Amino acid sequence: MPRPGFVLEVDRSTPPILTWRGDGFSLERLPVERSRVIYPAEPEAGLPDPDGAIDEALDHPLGDSEPIGALLRPGMRLTIAFDDVSLPLPPMRRPDNRQRVIEAVLDRAATAGVDDVVLVAALALHRRMTEAELRHALGDRVYDAFAPEGRLLQHDAEDPDGLVHLGLTDRGEDVEINRRAAESDLLVYVNINLVSMDGGHKSVATGLASYRSLRHHHNVRTMRQSRSFMDQHHSELHSANWRMGRLIAASGVKVFQVETTLNNDAFPSQLGFLQRREWEWTARDRAAYLATTGALRAGSDRLNRSVFQSVKAPYAMTGVFAGEVEAVHAATTEAVFRQQLVPVEGQTDVALFGLPHVCPYNVHSIMNPILVMCMGLGYLFNLYRGRPIVREGGVAILFHPTPRAFHPVHHPSYIDFFEEVLADTTDPVQIEKTYEERFATDEWYRHLYRTGHAYHGVHPFYMRYWGAHALEHLGRVIVVGGDPPTVRRLGFLPASTLDDALEMASDVVGPGSTISHFHCPPVLMADVS
Amino acid sequence: MLREALAGRRVAVTGATGFLGTALVERLLRCVPGCEVAVLVRPGRRGAAERVRREVLRNSCFDRLRRELGDHFDTEVDARLVTVAGDVGVEGLGLDPSGEAQLAGCDTVIHSAATVSFDSPLDTAVEVNLLGPSRVATTMRRLNPAAHLVAISTAYVAGARRGAAPERTLPDTPWAIEVPWRAEVDAARRARSDADAESRQPRRLASFQREARAELGAAGTPLLAARAERARDDWVRRRMVELGKARAQGLGWPDAYAYSKALGERALLDSCGEVAVSIVRPSIIESSLAEPVPGWIRGFRMADPVIIGYARGLLREFPGLPEGIVDVIPVDLVVAAVLAVAARGPLPDGPDVVHAASGARNPLRYRQLVDLVREWFTDHPLADSRDQPIAVPEWSFPGRRTVQRQLRRTTRALYGAERLLQSLPLRGGRADLAARLEERRDEAERALSYVELYGAYTETEAVFEVDRLLALHRSLPPADQESFGMDPAVIDWRRFCHDVYLPSVVAHARVRQVPPAGAGRRDPRGATGLTRQERGRRAILAPERQLAVFDLENTLVASNVVDSYAWLATRHDGDPTRAAFVVRLLRDAPAMLAADRVDRGDFLRAFYRRYDGAPVERLRTDGAELWHELLLTRAFPDGLRRVREHRAVGHRTLLVTGALDVVVEPLQPLFDEIVCAHLGQRAGRFTGELLDAPPTGEARAAIMADYAGRHGLDLAESVAYADSASDLPMLEAAGHPVAVNPETKLASIARRRGWHVERWPRSPGGPRRVLPVGPRVRP
Repeated sequence: MPRPGFVLEVDRSTPPILTWRGDGFSLERLPVERSRVIYPAEPEAGLPDPDGAIDEALDHPLGDSEPIGALLRPGMRLTIAFDDVSLPLPPMRRPDNRQRVIEAVLDRAATAGVDDVVLVAALALHRRMTEAELRHALGDRVYDAFAPEGRLLQHDAEDPDGLVHLGLTDRGEDVEINRRAAESDLLVYVNINLVSMDGGHKSVATGLASYRSLRHHHNVRTMRQSRSFMDQHHSELHSANWRMGRLIAASGVKVFQVETTLNNDAFPSQLGFLQRREWEWTARDRAAYLATTGALRAGSDRLNRSVFQSVKAPYAMTGVFAGEVEAVHAATTEAVFRQQLVPVEGQTDVALFGLPHVCPYNVHSIMNPILVMCMGLGYLFNLYRGRPIVREGGVAILFHPTPRAFHPVHHPSYIDFFEEVLADTTDPVQIEKTYEERFATDEWYRHLYRTGHAYHGVHPFYMRYWGAHALEHLGRVIVVGGDPPTVRRLGFLPASTLDDALEMASDVVGPGSTISHFHCPPVLMADVS
Repeated sequence: MLREALAGRRVAVTGATGFLGTALVERLLRCVPGCEVAVLVRPGRRGAAERVRREVLRNSCFDRLRRELGDHFDTEVDARLVTVAGDVGVEGLGLDPSGEAQLAGCDTVIHSAATVSFDSPLDTAVEVNLLGPSRVATTMRRLNPAAHLVAISTAYVAGARRGAAPERTLPDTPWAIEVPWRAEVDAARRARSDADAESRQPRRLASFQREARAELGAAGTPLLAARAERARDDWVRRRMVELGKARAQGLGWPDAYAYSKALGERALLDSCGEVAVSIVRPSIIESSLAEPVPGWIRGFRMADPVIIGYARGLLREFPGLPEGIVDVIPVDLVVAAVLAVAARGPLPDGPDVVHAASGARNPLRYRQLVDLVREWFTDHPLADSRDQPIAVPEWSFPGRRTVQRQLRRTTRALYGAERLLQSLPLRGGRADLAARLEERRDEAERALSYVELYGAYTETEAVFEVDRLLALHRSLPPADQESFGMDPAVIDWRRFCHDVYLPSVVAHARVRQVPPAGAGRRDPRGATGLTRQERGRRAILAPERQLAVFDLENTLVASNVVDSYAWLATRHDGDPTRAAFVVRLLRDAPAMLAADRVDRGDFLRAFYRRYDGAPVERLRTDGAELWHELLLTRAFPDGLRRVREHRAVGHRTLLVTGALDVVVEPLQPLFDEIVCAHLGQRAGRFTGELLDAPPTGEARAAIMADYAGRHGLDLAESVAYADSASDLPMLEAAGHPVAVNPETKLASIARRRGWHVERWPRSPGGPRRVLPVGPRVRP
């Protein structure tokens, strides 16, 4: 029986706490009597027979939906959309959940005599996946059957002929999605629900949407009204997607949603110490820690990055739910919360976030300064329900080297965003007003997004908006170990050690501040009372 | 008395654009209200009147008069100053009839035109300095024999004379050297045609071509030819300078200047006939003592570069006799002497000579001067590039030979190091190092030339008598002695050096001075509030620019045609084939590099044969992949952003590259037009032969001109970006050239010409491939 997540009050006997710093980590000794560490639960057991569970879910769907077999018929147009490379993190070992589900759906389609089947990667404004990434997510059999015939597509949010405008929501939001998906007789969406924000109507309404549609909820206002965007009942992002999803359903698009959940077994056994509680480290864990940090010290940044990027998580599937979108997502969310939710009592003055090597947007890439901001203030800060773990006006301390380095193929508009936009202002509202449209409609970025492997020109703006709620909430953000000029450009303060950072924080929250250390990854979600 | 004597006269002045001439014209206009002035000026490009306006009247010399006259300045000048187009370098002074009439109406002619540089080519010195005075005299004999000719010579016609040098014409000076001046003129002219003929020998021409190629690399035939022709001109000039110096020194003068001036005096006396002549011989003319303002100076005078070189720590030593006299005379004293001679008129007993010199009356010893200079610069040091004060060296007065030997050694060592660096394929910071080294070598060469040129003047042992000058001074009434004084005794050398002369030299040389204590670091931003780099960028991106032309390889992308080829050729191969391919390519690399250096066009032609038989459609697909997976990882994000910035302000953008169309097609959205190489096709396969001449070297300039012509754009309003000297034709064709990560040769050219330089790095977060081979094929 895995142990649930819990909160450790730091006392004299507490060992130093493992803290991520990008492509590396350190052990940090926290101030006693006023610090606490929020630990994730241990990994749940996976489903004993995932393929059997998938069959079961497809045949006994949730909500108002017929079994998939009843929806398939010869001569129909079937589109299977699936989550892109941003999920899960780190990428999971083969076979990926998507491969299992899609193979099962394809078997049934073949049996039913469906010929017109197309697979679509639901990229939204993310970069196109590479052949290797597609093979990893779908398996070689699916890839080789579909890609050579041009039936494995990647969603193109800028293809004027590949989109269809379905109408406006009651709040006047444009709903424009992938034409092939919208005009199919059946759209099967296959997801991996890593965190509670994923899935539901967001899968189609965001994953297959155009910029014209996305801008209605990917903006500063929405993000500031989502507290947090991980909590469906208090998320404007969620509400907007639900409005759009319902409009899509009402427009006659038949969506059969298949959602899968994972446990939080994020690291292979050699790196097992990363998800064990420090005082329970064995001699082997200690040796592995020393060996790993020693090797990282000896290796170049480039080498360390490629080692981390090659890590595959031994995630196991803990649930699979199929059928009508909202019913499916309710079950999925419950499964996610079961694994991730950790009750936390009250807020503290300071929160510590060690940033891991990967976020949704730098798989097989580099976590550039803008992604550092997004990972810390967007994702980790928002992994709460109720209230943030840090009080209003408090301080967030991030740990990351924050080099001024960008992937020129994946993040071209990020480079210009950093050099041009952030050099001018760090205020999300100002940025949105002055610069968003120019980047979003830039011909060159559009070209790189559509033909290469680049994120859409507007994507760095969303990263900034993702942190808008945190920026409004916090009194100061400090980055320990960050490259000083780069950190300042982001609007944060650089510090060389945790002690220095706490000293700097005391200007804002006073001396003797209380501290929370958010021990993530593996993913956890603080349920703050 | 002086004013009255000159009032109502018309005075002609030659050499008005020179240091002494400007001062003369100003003094006449300001202090002698009754006279008219005619200036004889070479017309140049803009015409004589415009030259006078720009080069004479706008000089700070006239600030005082402008202030005193206020709004009447122009009326006054128009009423009293006449410009005559003419040239003392040609027979008859090149006058037109109206010019002749103007000159015929002049009562006094002050001939001050000369080539004053000590290293003039022999024939130039002969034409201007030797023949100039006699030409003026001959012309006056024809136009107005009654006029008085005051010729400005130099005290140094005394040559290597030790001891007293009297104020007498040379034929009356017992130790003067007798040389038939007409034979010298013929010899000088013959020497020019001999040197020119020698420079056209095949052996010489080949060496000029080598020189041009060493400097510019594969810059294309027209540029190389132009550079080689300039090298030939330079060689002839150097040869003539050498000949001048050798001839002068052989006859006992320090240089061609003194030699030609001395013979000029003789020629003048031989040809003046009934025209009355007076000769004024100044020594080293330096900044003014009082008139029009203390410290006024024009141009970089003889002693100034030596002094600045000393203050910058460049001249660790300078030869000279510590007890020798440095004969310096402020310009206003010389002007006074000339005007006094003009006012007095000719002497009845034939040509007379007046020295305007200080040595006999109020000597300034060399040691004293050096001490004064050192004291002043110790208190007011110049600053180095980091704003640190430069300590001035202590001179020990060694012999000229010792100093020359030291400097020659330094120059040679620096030259060797520079050559070595130039031959290496360096970029960025290391290319900068080579450019800095070149600057050091330039400085050392300059120091050497100062020592060679001016060394003789610090070793002069002649003492120029000034009895006639003093007599002239004393003949003036007290009021004139006050305002037109010329007695060198009034000079307080300490005060002159510290308060007048050195501050004006430093101000004039525009050198960096140490900021006052407590001023903090110097802000690199000037009056515009921008750094030099920012100002450059602003100029480049100004809305009035019309066209931005980019080179591709190493300007926007750190890659080349060989990388692209390697990728495309191995894209569909298995591992063993790829390995063999890489080995072959590495083996051929040195030969390809060498071919590329000689002629880029030929290299491309030969290289593209490798594409013979390649399937067109597959290369098109692979080309797109090549861009996204290899070239973009090697791109300079700042460069790509710059292209887009140009488009954003409305400039047209043009890419000119020797790369193939299939490779550069993915760049289409960045540019209005792409000019690249196209290969012929047969049955869906490339033939390996280029359809047109590759767009390299001088073809690029033609492409730009053609594009600009088609779209009605002005190339003067265009910006060109390139990385190597082989792109010079393209850079030179543009009004605003930008060197991007320049290699050594271009770095030094850009530095010399003040071109904007951009250092664009690759994005550090991208993947690095060791070998530019395509991704592995899945079995």
